Amino acid sequence: MSETATPDVVICPGGPLLLRGEHLVQDEDGVDHETTRPVSAVCRCGRSATKPWCDGTHKVIPEKLRP
Amino acid sequence: MHLPKPRGAFSEQVVATLASGDPTGVGRAPEPETAEDAALALWSLYELSYRGFEEVDDRLEWAPELVAVRRALEEDLEARLRSRWSGTPSYEGDFAAAFFAEVEGHDGPSLARFVQRDATADQVMELLQARSVYHLKESDPVAFSVPRLPVAPRAALMELQYDEYGGGRPDRLHAHLFAGGLAALGLDPHEGAYVDQAPLSVLEQNNAMSLFGLNRRLRGASVGHLAAFEATSSGPCRRMSQGLARLGLAEEMRAYYDEHVEADAVHEQLAVRLICAPLVAAEPETEGDVWFGGFTCLDLEDRVARHYLERWGVSA
Repeated sequence: MSETATPDVVICPGGPLLLRGEHLVQDEDGVDHETTRPVSAVCRCGRSATKPWCDGTHKVIPEKLRP
Repeated sequence: MHLPKPRGAFSEQVVATLASGDPTGVGRAPEPETAEDAALALWSLYELSYRGFEEVDDRLEWAPELVAVRRALEEDLEARLRSRWSGTPSYEGDFAAAFFAEVEGHDGPSLARFVQRDATADQVMELLQARSVYHLKESDPVAFSVPRLPVAPRAALMELQYDEYGGGRPDRLHAHLFAGGLAALGLDPHEGAYVDQAPLSVLEQNNAMSLFGLNRRLRGASVGHLAAFEATSSGPCRRMSQGLARLGLAEEMRAYYDEHVEADAVHEQLAVRLICAPLVAAEPETEGDVWFGGFTCLDLEDRVARHYLERWGVSA
């Protein structure tokens, strides 16, 4: 990967999935959510209070249980 | 914005010089009487590089006499901040994982936790006034770092800043959201309105960010500070929002904190993984300062928290 490669999806170890650009994200209940930022963080730990978006809650989960 | 109230003979002369328009007047300033006297003078000089003061000639920003005074105050501040830092931690492997671990391992007193559970409305209002010194120019200090970074972290910082500045919509600009929250609470939303009440720790917190942002050689500290700030924001912002709700305080201010829960969960990842890590990779000589900036952010927030918790008679 070159220094200036720009992936649209970045998986953060132990944290969310970063999504660059405009997307429609469907949550577990089938509800669609539009991204509103240049980059959005999608919850991967399942504990966010603002799903489908990350709210940093993964940090309070024991490290070995993080995604 | 209007000039602040001096806190000693030194800042009195600096403020008087700014008001007079004749930069040579600063030569008559005595040595600073106290750390607060010096900090207020430095804060006033730094503000010339943001939006300035109504009664001050904009040309004074680069007046050599004032730049010389600023440099001396900056050197003193930088030396003090560095003396509090114990150096780059040793770690194995990935910078991002090590940085997140270091921030998570930092255990300081939390104002947000106090606001969430116990603070009175008056205490919250006092805290928001202190926060306004920075939040009304949120993201401005690190904006100076944008042109000073190599390609990959420069693009990433711009992407983060685009979100901070509202993605092109003034009504979403974070500093403006905070001003709206202040106004809804019946507080003065203008920059500098509460600087006279700001304790030394708040002035130092603001001056450190300007020091890092305005000096290219400190670009590592600037983005390291940003990364630590963002990485300690989502959780505390949720607690601030819950505290405001508990007290039935203005929805507009809650909206500011709610926005930061989500925004900063993105920004911390961008700041650590896509700004600091690539900077350290491209310019390894900046790594120490990245850690120094991160430490300084956490340490100065601890000092602000201790100040207010002590003032309110709460054990940290």
